[in-house]
Amino acid sequence: MAFSFELLLEAILFGVLLGCFYAAVSIGLSVSFGLLDVPHVAHPAIMVLGSYCTYLLNRYGLDPIVAGIALMPLFFILGVAIYRFYYETFEKRGSEAGVRGLAFFFGLAFIIEVGLILVFGVDQRMVEAAYIGRSLALGEFRIPWRMVVAFGVALVLTAALTIYLSRTFTGRAIKAVAQDEPALRLMGANPVRIKQWAFGIATGVTALAGAMLIVVGPVEPSLDRVYIGRTFAVVVLAGLGSMTGTLAAGLILGISESIVLMQFGASWAPAVAFGLLLVVLGIRPQGLFGR
Amino acid sequence: MKIGKWLAVAFGLLFSAAALAQQPIKIGIGIAQTGTLGGGGKAALLALQMWVEDVNAKGGLLGRKVELLAYDDQSNPATTPGIYTKLLDVDKVDLLIAPYGTVPTAPIMPLVKQRGLLLMGNFSFQVNHTVKHDMWFNNAPWGDATSWTEGFLQVGQKIGAKTIAFIAADQEFAQNLANGAKEIAKRSGLKTVYEQNYPPTTVDFSSMIRAIRAAKPDMVFVCSYPNDSVAIVRAVNEIGVGPTVKLFGGGMVGLQFTPVMESLGSSLNGIVNYNSYVPGIKYPGIEDFLQRYAKKAVEAKVDPLGFYLPPFNYAIGQILEQAITTTKSLDQKVLARFLHSHEINTIVGPISWGPDGERAKPAVPMIQFRNVADKNVEQFRQAGKQVILHPPQFKSGDPVVPYEKARGGN
Repeated sequence: MAFSFELLLEAILFGVLLGCFYAAVSIGLSVSFGLLDVPHVAHPAIMVLGSYCTYLLNRYGLDPIVAGIALMPLFFILGVAIYRFYYETFEKRGSEAGVRGLAFFFGLAFIIEVGLILVFGVDQRMVEAAYIGRSLALGEFRIPWRMVVAFGVALVLTAALTIYLSRTFTGRAIKAVAQDEPALRLMGANPVRIKQWAFGIATGVTALAGAMLIVVGPVEPSLDRVYIGRTFAVVVLAGLGSMTGTLAAGLILGISESIVLMQFGASWAPAVAFGLLLVVLGIRPQGLFGR
Repeated sequence: MKIGKWLAVAFGLLFSAAALAQQPIKIGIGIAQTGTLGGGGKAALLALQMWVEDVNAKGGLLGRKVELLAYDDQSNPATTPGIYTKLLDVDKVDLLIAPYGTVPTAPIMPLVKQRGLLLMGNFSFQVNHTVKHDMWFNNAPWGDATSWTEGFLQVGQKIGAKTIAFIAADQEFAQNLANGAKEIAKRSGLKTVYEQNYPPTTVDFSSMIRAIRAAKPDMVFVCSYPNDSVAIVRAVNEIGVGPTVKLFGGGMVGLQFTPVMESLGSSLNGIVNYNSYVPGIKYPGIEDFLQRYAKKAVEAKVDPLGFYLPPFNYAIGQILEQAITTTKSLDQKVLARFLHSHEINTIVGPISWGPDGERAKPAVPMIQFRNVADKNVEQFRQAGKQVILHPPQFKSGDPVVPYEKARGGN
């Protein structure tokens, strides 16, 4: 395909929107895996669960993003319960917890997927909102409103989490538990309770990510499999636990995918994006924003 | 003593024959109940179960009940060789039906060819093209790529289309279809102005639609799987494909499934796409089947209309039934010979096969969605919501063009 400056500009614009969406669906994992070191492979499945809950609330007329926000406290409680169960049955028992924990979260992902199939069937589900199916006209460009909404929510989510983790007492405690758990214990704090709280926040945020997922496109119970690679790639590329890094990594993946799609073909997009991940990790093993 | 021995042998034979007669005829299938093809697979399986109920109510086949053994292939081609090996070696099934779709079927073709088994195809496309198994019989209404794409291309050329764009998933089915369509387009003198393959994990199609808009084609031929089809329709409605495009669609899987049609609603208007059966086509027995299916579909929470796959899956049962009852045999070679030499009457019309096991007389309806409203599933039971443009024997109207006008866009 011949080079076109206009198409390149548009590819970058769509890449930014897509990248913000990638960041938004990865940010919960950035807390649970990046900060807490929990091998949370069920993260995309919980996100899909959030999408289905959003779908249910949307059927009663609630806006999907409002539904996602309304679901956050429920998902927070769900996250606390999941972490407590994981801690009691796996993490407490020693050094092999990581591998066995991986099996636990894979199991959880399958249970969620099968549960969704039993309740909703295998058909795709979508939501309705004023901003879905319409586009914003900027001169020659037409940008889907649903992507603009995802972009906005991603920015707000990243800013909120960054401020929470750096400015609040519990936020700093979460960062402390990620950096030096024994030191925190020596200071009299209970790292398990802090991790439990942090995992709750990660899961709560995932509910909103699920709402965005169903805003951006239709969902079906096995959709988590599509996102498992992408979300982990974003978190690892960012440098484990960095919120602004997650946004930057999402943007890098989104923009590179979009440009490669435009210039070389869509089939190359994932290969180039993940190739980029390997190159970055080769130069900076701790990720772009990791310490 | 000698008489006693003979009597014992005779009784033994009698009992074992009776025991065999009481054993059911086992038919095995691996079919998607989850994953991207799960929606279609569930509806298809329901139709097959209806045939099993019907045939058993009539006393079964050859005096034996029929039992259907089905496993979920999860829409994943990696699972199907294992499933079919289990069906053959552990479950000891008598007959096999292929999974729904090209991608899950492709990996089992070498297995059935090596073992010399009859395989009833289930809506796959050109899966026997290179394997050339002579005991393969597809239930789909298409044959090669020509039979699928000629309707779309002919309709386009009749309204003056000279250029074409292609987008296709990086999947066996989509690539086979797209490659066939490209060849036919070239032979027909159409100029390809844009082509793009995309991986199945593609999240958003906005960039691709924008690139198509920039290429200004007269027709856009899309070969996609259900999830992609929905995302493509959505992106097209948001961004628009430009005023030059007369026809858009062709090979989009998923736009035949009721939940997808209901969800997309008016976004479907103007799209020209293939189908298998739509209201207005008259086949003997199909209306009765669809009425019975509709009741069961509600209970089973599957596709409530069931136009696309269920009648053709019920037809698989009818094909096997007629072959077995006529030949009075379960010998796979005998059944294959019979099917190669006979036309079978089914609820989707008479079916006969060419040497490659595909339809000898393909009949792929190319339809255009018209006046579809949002949130109304019942509207699709009426003829006219999917106007048939091709083939001539089913034709119910002419295309509304350009696509942007037909969809009510700008």
